[in-house]
Amino acid sequence: MKSDDFLSKNISNITHLLESVMSAEDLCRAPGLLQGLDARVKVATVVLFIVVVGLARSLPILGGIFALILVFVVLSKIPLGIFLKRILIFIPIFTAVIAIPALFVTPGAPLVTAGSKVIITEQGARTAGLLVLRVTDSLSFGILLVLTTRWTDILAALRWFRVPSLFVAVLGMTYRYIFLLLHTANSMFLARRSRTLGTFSGRENRRWLGQALGTTMAKSQHLSEEVYLAMLSRGYRDEGLALNSFTLRRRDFLWAAFALATASMLLWSNWR
Amino acid sequence: MGSLRFGYSVNAIVEQLAVTTFNTGRIFEASGLDYDYPGNIAALRQISLTIGPGELVALLGANGSGKSTLLKLLDGLIFPSGGELLAFGKPLSEKALRDGPFVLEFRRKVGLVFQDPDVQLFSSTVWDEVIFGPLQLGVSKDEVVSRGSEALKLLNITHLRDRPPYRLSGGEKKKVALASVLSLHPQVLLLDEPTTGLDPWSQGNLIDFLIGWADGGKSLVFSTQDLDTAEELATRVIVLGTDHGVVADGKPEEFFSDPDFLLKTNLVHEHSHRHKELVHRHQHIHDHRH
Repeated sequence: MKSDDFLSKNISNITHLLESVMSAEDLCRAPGLLQGLDARVKVATVVLFIVVVGLARSLPILGGIFALILVFVVLSKIPLGIFLKRILIFIPIFTAVIAIPALFVTPGAPLVTAGSKVIITEQGARTAGLLVLRVTDSLSFGILLVLTTRWTDILAALRWFRVPSLFVAVLGMTYRYIFLLLHTANSMFLARRSRTLGTFSGRENRRWLGQALGTTMAKSQHLSEEVYLAMLSRGYRDEGLALNSFTLRRRDFLWAAFALATASMLLWSNWR
Repeated sequence: MGSLRFGYSVNAIVEQLAVTTFNTGRIFEASGLDYDYPGNIAALRQISLTIGPGELVALLGANGSGKSTLLKLLDGLIFPSGGELLAFGKPLSEKALRDGPFVLEFRRKVGLVFQDPDVQLFSSTVWDEVIFGPLQLGVSKDEVVSRGSEALKLLNITHLRDRPPYRLSGGEKKKVALASVLSLHPQVLLLDEPTTGLDPWSQGNLIDFLIGWADGGKSLVFSTQDLDTAEELATRVIVLGTDHGVVADGKPEEFFSDPDFLLKTNLVHEHSHRHKELVHRHQHIHDHRH
């Protein structure tokens, strides 16, 4: 049953992982620093910080930004363990494939050698380090935003920034239906297992997985057609209207000023 | 309550609609309706019926007889392959519902609760779900908030307000789906299998609620497989046959006291069942308490 277990564990682990990563309702309601801010201000300042991270060329600055993020995490009453777990899940996925080869293929001064052979160069390590830290910082800001802001508020803020309503609607629906489709995939696997004795070969498993993916896709298409009809039925006319109740308070202006000052200082240190 | 969007006066539309409904005395008029699925598979054949204000209509029929399709046609979500369908005296066509004042007028008056609540609950929270309809129909912001709160209160689900729909139980999802349509303040409620998947207690509650809701002269058209629900709720029954046409249309008591008719239309069947130690086979209708 090894390959079956592999499939089963993967499908159910992906479901649980996505559910735990994406559902942070309790944290969004915690009385922390970022939770108390207007969603528009948070979205704008997070984008600003991500731009700064993208422009940063020094490892200490990127490290300093990560330290700053951890301070925000603590002040927002998010358990550090939960936050770091979310980051560590994504960093290997996003960066390992790209960063690891850079360690070995970038020419430069030797850092790690085996006999007379240079394995890792200083420039290679720096390039890989920059990449990993940039991804870590950018991702951390994104996760910080998601953990401290209700998804509906993020979507409403995007609409306020005139992001096309179709794009926002697609984002919202993806979030809403990904769980339903994952549970469907899980149930399909359990239904198969309940009718199975013995083991399947890797080839049979791959064939089944292909069929299951096809069926899930067909189901998702049918679902999307039905959802559209349900939207039409309640008056949707290709332009989703939303009720925004944003209010800017003193703390929002203070945070925006702090973010602008910090970003300017980081950029100045970067180009100094 | 007037609308600020779309350039139409909601009050004028409501008045016009009241006049239209009053003049024709009918909400829906269908004559010779056909509907085919892709590949020329028949879903409905030669459906002719009228539905008036204040009627509580149960659509009965075996699986695949076309009940859900008929409800979608009545809600103007799909359009017939043949025949004519009028709503409030006006043709319910793709063109009429594409733009113009009629679409707004129609959507404000007619609400459909889908069989699968997951289809209907597409917003990120319960609150967003219940205010979606009024928002799209151009109701003022204060009125949107008031209608949303009222719908949640009506179905006793105010505590679910900030919950994401995918985390709700089946019964809760059904209630939220109903609330999301009730916030439109419809005059006609179309429900596709409203009691399916609910436990007996929730079924009873829903039936009580719908009887109370329809008491003020509103119309209800619902599909069901459950004869008890039809008998308790409906004042009129329309039965669709396996040939996808109307095989009967009348008062519930006319049909439910005719076992041969119920058997012929696949609404009951002979099956084996147990009476203590005795297992035997005959058609089966249960009496029930009210």
